[in-house]
Amino acid sequence: MTTIQVYGSGCKNCATTAERILEVANELSLNVDLEKVTDLQKIMAAGVLTTPALAIEGQIKHSGSVPSVDLVRELLSKNAVA
Amino acid sequence: MEIFTWLADRLSYSVFGLTPGTRVANGLHFFIEDTSKILVLLVLLIYVISYLRASLSVDKVRNYLLGKHRALGYLLGSTFGAITPFCSCSSIPLFMGFVSARIPIGVTIAFLITSPLVNEVVVIMLGSILGLKFTLMYVAIGMLLGMLAGVMMDMLKAQRWLQPFLAEAYQQAVNSNIQIADDTPAPSVTHKDRHYFAVNETKTILSRIWKWVIIGVGLGAAIHGFVPAQWFEQNLANGQWWTVPLATLSAIPIYTNASGVVPIMASLINKGMPIGSTLAFCMGAVAVSIPEFIMLKQVMQIRFLGAIAGYLLVAISITGWLFNYYY
Repeated sequence: MTTIQVYGSGCKNCATTAERILEVANELSLNVDLEKVTDLQKIMAAGVLTTPALAIEGQIKHSGSVPSVDLVRELLSKNAVA
Repeated sequence: MEIFTWLADRLSYSVFGLTPGTRVANGLHFFIEDTSKILVLLVLLIYVISYLRASLSVDKVRNYLLGKHRALGYLLGSTFGAITPFCSCSSIPLFMGFVSARIPIGVTIAFLITSPLVNEVVVIMLGSILGLKFTLMYVAIGMLLGMLAGVMMDMLKAQRWLQPFLAEAYQQAVNSNIQIADDTPAPSVTHKDRHYFAVNETKTILSRIWKWVIIGVGLGAAIHGFVPAQWFEQNLANGQWWTVPLATLSAIPIYTNASGVVPIMASLINKGMPIGSTLAFCMGAVAVSIPEFIMLKQVMQIRFLGAIAGYLLVAISITGWLFNYYY
C-alpha cells in the first residue's frame, strides 16, 4: 500500500491531479491510499509553496502544476511500496 | 494586425451581409476584430511567456528574497508578483510559505498586491487595445501601488493581524536563525518540459479567461456602437472629484480579471470618459475582489483585510485624481 497526498486548497487543478494519480495507479495495478489535503496549516507544515503538490510516502515529489501522466507514471513506479 | 480587420470585414459585410456604417455593423465589426485579435495574441504570448518562465520556481524566488535589504525587498517582491502567474487559489499557500520563511510581511504584501494587478494577461490586453505607452504607465503604477502597500503594512506592523497560527509561525521564523534548507537540487528543464509546461499554462489560463474576453469585448462593442458620446459627456465626463472613489468602490463587487475590464475601459476612454476615473475603475475591479478576500480571510484577520482594502481605495483614488488632473 502506497500512501499519497495531494496538497491544494481545493481548486480544479488539485482535483485533476488526484484523478490522474488514481488512473495511473489503476493502470499499474498499484494499491494506493490517496488523501487530499486541503487544510491550510497542514499544507504549510508540509512546506508546500505552490499547489497542487504531490507527496508519495510523505515526501514531496512534485509541486506547482498538474503533473503529466508520464511524470505520474514515473513517480509511481519508482516510489511505490508493495 | 490587418488580418483581423480583414476577417471582421469579411464576416460582418459578406457573411452576415450588414451594411457598413450602421450601428449593428460597427458593433459587430468591432467585436469580431477585437475578440479574434486578443484571443490569438493571448494564445501566442502566454505560450511564449510560460515557456520562458518554466524554470522559475517559487522556491528559488523565496530563497532569493531572503535576507535582502528591505527597500530592495519591496521592489523584488513586487517584480516577482508581476512575473509570476496570478491564480488566487495558488496565492494562499504561497503567502503562507513566504510568511513562515522569515520574509518581512511588507515584502510579501508587495508581492500579493502586485500579482493580480500586473500580469501577462493585463499587459497583453492593454498593449493590444490601448497601446504601449499606456501599458508601461499602467505597469509602473501597479508595481508602485504594490510596493507602497508593503511599506504601509510594515509601518502598521500588520503581522499582528495575521491569523494566530500564521502569526506564530512568523514569530518563530523571525526568532530562529535556521536557514531554509535548500536541499532540492534544481531540476534541469529540457525543451520538452518547457513545452509541456507552456501548453498546460496556456490551456489553464485561456480556459479561465476566454469568457471574460468575450463578455468584456461584447460590452465594449455595445458601448462603442450604441451608447452616444453625448451621454457620456453629459453624465460621466465632468470629472467631479467624487466620481473617482465612486468608480473604485463600484468596481469592487465586480468579480473579474483584466481580460473582462480592459476592453470596457478602452471603449469608455474612447467615448470621452476621463482617463483617471476609468483607470480607477479598472484597478478597483482587478485588485480587490470579494472571493479573493474571502480566501485571504483564512490567513488574515478582518483588520488586516480592512487595512488592505482601505489602502487600495485611497491609493487607487489618488492615482485616478492625478490622472484626471494631469493627463
